[in-house]
Amino acid sequence: MIIEKERAELENKREFISKKEPLVSRENRKTVGHPIVENPRMTCRNVNVYYGDKHAIHDVTLDIGRNEVIAMIGPSGCGKSTFLRCLNRMNDTIDFCRITGAISLDGKNIYDKDVDVVPLRAQVGMVFQKPNPFPKSIYDNVAYGPKIHGLVQNRVETDEIVETSLKKAGLWEEVKDRLNQPGTSLSGGQQQRLCIARTIAVGPEVILMDEPCSALDPIATARIEDLIDELKENFSIAIVTHSMQQASRVSQRTAYFHLGDLIEVGSTDQVFLNPLHQLTEDYVTGRFG
Amino acid sequence: MSETNIDIVKQGLEKRYGAEKRFRIYGVCAIAASLIFLAFLFISIGTNAYTAFQQTFIRLSVYFDPEILGDTTNKESLASANFPAVVKQSLLKMFPEVQSRSEKKQLTSLISSGASYYVRDMFIENPALVGETVQVWLPADDDVDMLIKGHVERGVEEGERRLNNNQLGWIEKLEKDGNIEKRFNKIFFTTGDSREPELAGIFGAVSGSFFTMIVTLLFSFPIGVAAAIYLEEFAKKNRWTDIIEVNINNLAAVPSIVFGLLGLAVFLNFFGMPRSAPLVGGLVMTLMTLPVIIIASRAALKSVPPSIREAALGVGASQMQMVFHHVLPLALPGMLTGAIIGMARALGETAPLLMIGMVAFIVDVPSGFTDPATALPVQIFLWADSPERGFLEKTSAAIMVLLTFLIAMNALAVILRKKFEKRW
Repeated sequence: MIIEKERAELENKREFISKKEPLVSRENRKTVGHPIVENPRMTCRNVNVYYGDKHAIHDVTLDIGRNEVIAMIGPSGCGKSTFLRCLNRMNDTIDFCRITGAISLDGKNIYDKDVDVVPLRAQVGMVFQKPNPFPKSIYDNVAYGPKIHGLVQNRVETDEIVETSLKKAGLWEEVKDRLNQPGTSLSGGQQQRLCIARTIAVGPEVILMDEPCSALDPIATARIEDLIDELKENFSIAIVTHSMQQASRVSQRTAYFHLGDLIEVGSTDQVFLNPLHQLTEDYVTGRFG
Repeated sequence: MSETNIDIVKQGLEKRYGAEKRFRIYGVCAIAASLIFLAFLFISIGTNAYTAFQQTFIRLSVYFDPEILGDTTNKESLASANFPAVVKQSLLKMFPEVQSRSEKKQLTSLISSGASYYVRDMFIENPALVGETVQVWLPADDDVDMLIKGHVERGVEEGERRLNNNQLGWIEKLEKDGNIEKRFNKIFFTTGDSREPELAGIFGAVSGSFFTMIVTLLFSFPIGVAAAIYLEEFAKKNRWTDIIEVNINNLAAVPSIVFGLLGLAVFLNFFGMPRSAPLVGGLVMTLMTLPVIIIASRAALKSVPPSIREAALGVGASQMQMVFHHVLPLALPGMLTGAIIGMARALGETAPLLMIGMVAFIVDVPSGFTDPATALPVQIFLWADSPERGFLEKTSAAIMVLLTFLIAMNALAVILRKKFEKRW
């Protein structure tokens, strides 16, 4: 019932907007929509990324709000993963990668000289495309982050944080009897949830997910999507995805990237149903991509 | 109708399978050839070597004559007491018909000149033997040994033998009485080098190699692994690291004698370390092994999937924690393999040791890192160079000992890799 009602509302909205104004032309690469939100968790201003001579990301300005899921979509090679990796400075490991502009977490520029990446990555956790549990036990996988950051002092505290993290990641019931088995013995979907548990065990504010479901089957994907929905109660989540259905299912806002440009940002409904930019419309309607 | 595609495909099939079949045959031939050579090597060494594990001994009734030995209560004078005379006297007593001086000399030369040391050691251990007669098996001279083992023909002309007809007769009498026999050659495994083949042993060289390898392992593994980790994980990739990398790769291909020269110049002449010492040998081997270990370790580090690094960095591990908690455990089997193979190469290396005096003739078994010592391959080289027939089988036996160590080390490398290898 509710779904039907929502759909009806969306239909109304779509008609209302589509009647209004013409789409922004393909040649215009300025960001349209609403990249800036009130009271954001992370802000990105005029971010440029260069790989050696290659200008990979052009002048991106985008906010990540509190307790929201923002999806980043776009064709392959559009720079969405690169941008995501800038948010917790994972690109630091690439020697020839250079970043200009400002990315701030709670008002503090993370690229300032005095910022240490270690606590930053504790605040901005990351889940990767391919499930990558450590070749250690399930328990140690989850306990590793809290241990190195000194968040736990003894076995009891560690047990507690492992249990709550696995519960939050929806994996506890499946693995509680075999915490000492290697994390790599789990199925792909379980491994990815283990990686999510590992990330949230550190207690981050923002979780970055780089195509977390691309290596998983639909059932495992559905579980992860449900999990993302629950996690947004406590975390801000930025997710890169190739699946537009996934973006529309899990996210509140969507950012569309095209060849290094941020083309359009808006509420997910608006971007999918009433894109403002011609390129966005081409992509979401499947005309190319 | 013209040929369909499938007809064309079928026509070509025979040719394709033929090529595959021929390639398989080449492969089998290559493997068979290498196996044949290997078998040939082992058989030729083995057939030469197996007699060296036995040694001819002569049984003597040794009478510890108080007159010859003199004061037996004083340990110092005992060490220089005339034990050779005790042995000679015992031997002469077995052949009372031998009277002339030259015949006596010929007779006593049947027993090894080192036999008196065994008698002396026996006596020092138990001084109560004075005035007693004891049955002892003592090593025969190498000429007798060769004869008993059949390496020397008895039938040839007297002038072309090292033993004359008299000596042959005595040996035959000893054989008839059961006073001469081949026994397990304990001497070979427990003593150092000697000019007399029957007294020469491998233990000195094995100890020398052992101490050298300990030094090599202690220095080359930590330094090599640390250098590899720094270069691979921490160093910025710039022109300097490129230069260093090229140089390391070049060093791995430098002839080993050059490292010997370097060791001579640096460790002996500049630092004034002792000559012929395993310490210096080990340091030279370290220089030689380092590039191999660094290259193997870097390859092992590179083969750790980036996803593990990202996972560690993603939860906020520092660079160092990432390396030591996650990358190193996964790379360790590869590093160990590289180190052991590098060590095996060092174990078989002679040339660098030439330069630092580890080719000397050293009789004493080294008991430490600064004692004069030699190494297994050097010992083989020295024995191969000796004219005595008795050293031929010793050479082969030493080669077998060396090969055993090499095979053991390589097997260890495989076992360690299998044991520590983690799958994910």
